[in-house]
Amino acid sequence: MFWRLLNLDRKVIFLLVLAAAGIPLFFPLNIGIKPSQPVKNIYNFIEKLSPGKNILISFDYGPSTRIECAPMAAAVMRQAFRRGLRVVGLTIWPEGAALASDLLKRVGKECGKEYGRDYLDLGYKPGNEMAILALSKGIQTICPRDAAGTPIEEFPILSGIRTLRDFDLILSFSGGFPGLTDWITIAQAQCHRPVAGGCTAVIASQLYPYINSGQLLGLMGGLKGAAEYETLIGQPEEACLAMDAQGVTHFLIAGLILLSNLVFFATRKKKKRSGGA
Amino acid sequence: MKRQLPIFITFIAGITMIIQFFLPRLEHATVPPLGDLFLNWFLIIFAFAYILGGASLVVVNFSKIAKSAPGWGYNAVLLVGLFGTLAAGLFGGINEGSLFRYIFNYVFTPLSATMFALLAFFIASAAFRAFKAKTMEATLLLIAALIVMIGQVPLGQALWSHLPFLKGISLNILIDDWIMNGFNAAGQRAIILGASLGLISMSLKILLGIERSYLGGD
Repeated sequence: MFWRLLNLDRKVIFLLVLAAAGIPLFFPLNIGIKPSQPVKNIYNFIEKLSPGKNILISFDYGPSTRIECAPMAAAVMRQAFRRGLRVVGLTIWPEGAALASDLLKRVGKECGKEYGRDYLDLGYKPGNEMAILALSKGIQTICPRDAAGTPIEEFPILSGIRTLRDFDLILSFSGGFPGLTDWITIAQAQCHRPVAGGCTAVIASQLYPYINSGQLLGLMGGLKGAAEYETLIGQPEEACLAMDAQGVTHFLIAGLILLSNLVFFATRKKKKRSGGA
Repeated sequence: MKRQLPIFITFIAGITMIIQFFLPRLEHATVPPLGDLFLNWFLIIFAFAYILGGASLVVVNFSKIAKSAPGWGYNAVLLVGLFGTLAAGLFGGINEGSLFRYIFNYVFTPLSATMFALLAFFIASAAFRAFKAKTMEATLLLIAALIVMIGQVPLGQALWSHLPFLKGISLNILIDDWIMNGFNAAGQRAIILGASLGLISMSLKILLGIERSYLGGD
């Protein structure tokens, strides 16, 4: 009887996942989130930057990974704007252009910042890592105009910024390739600028060697990283809300794995006994 | 000449980009415009690759529709989507309030997010069926996966601190210091180094004309 659980209809599993992900959205658990060290590193670095410093944010994600990466970018922008920093945004993902533009406008407006003076949207830059290399040689070369087509000379935010080397911090929120590793290769290794960022939980494990080597200042891994950052800036938003759903789903999957292993071993033991008899 | 000229161009372009990366000052002192020139060429060619990709997509899908291949309706939907979005962007612009942005925000974005979200359901089902501790390696992987999966969420962290037999073990030390920064980072570093060495050797073979398969033919 017990062994039949191994052949549990996947529709049942799908329904369980739906319930695990859906119910916490309506009934939040409100569990405190404890920020990890790689996330704190980014927060502390930005806190130490004096007002008027420039940061570059690359929105390297598409709609499929937006749910993990956008809350990180929004939280960093909120902190940067509060600190009086100037934010220049761009993307090396074609699908990222509209997402970056919407987010920059939304957070800029929310924080009462002025376009062109406090923040700027340079839009999509084709060429993957070569686009980053071109930025290291001169922003004007690859970005003669902003996302809306206005010549960049008209924006006071870029006065004094000629190449990647003129940014005090470079952040990439990355949903895959091209992304954070490409920024590390060029902006950190070649231009010697501090690089930090966030990525989807799936690729976070691949970036740990760069934290250890000191090439990556800090890292936000997946929705958890975003929720930790929202906690640090004291403004819990969508990542904190979604963490409950993720937490319960993780527990469900872990429970299913344990259950299937228990059934598997119980069945195997029974078979061995009956075989031996 | 048909083969020697592309190999020569590849060699010059490759060597210039290597010098530019490792010895940027030397590059500027000797051949300042060459590296920038190749970089600009690459960016232009990269942009044109979208046109080539689009053309290839149209040819492949049109031929399937023409042959009434099984599932040709999907190919037709793809082409209608492609040309519809293209026309919306070309004639109506891509800025906020445009039809293109409407399609992006209300069609493309939810569809992409849905496709990605489906992974959760399939991962849960696959993990239930396939993730068994059949060998020692699988058991270690399973234990590490369970600890990371539970420990990476606030609910797991909250429950961990209430378990009497695990109270003395810090979850952060276990996950961040041991599993992620220890075992995981060591493994990832080995993979990165191995892949990089392979990439260097392949690049050298291409630059020196030993590997010629990218030219096509035999």
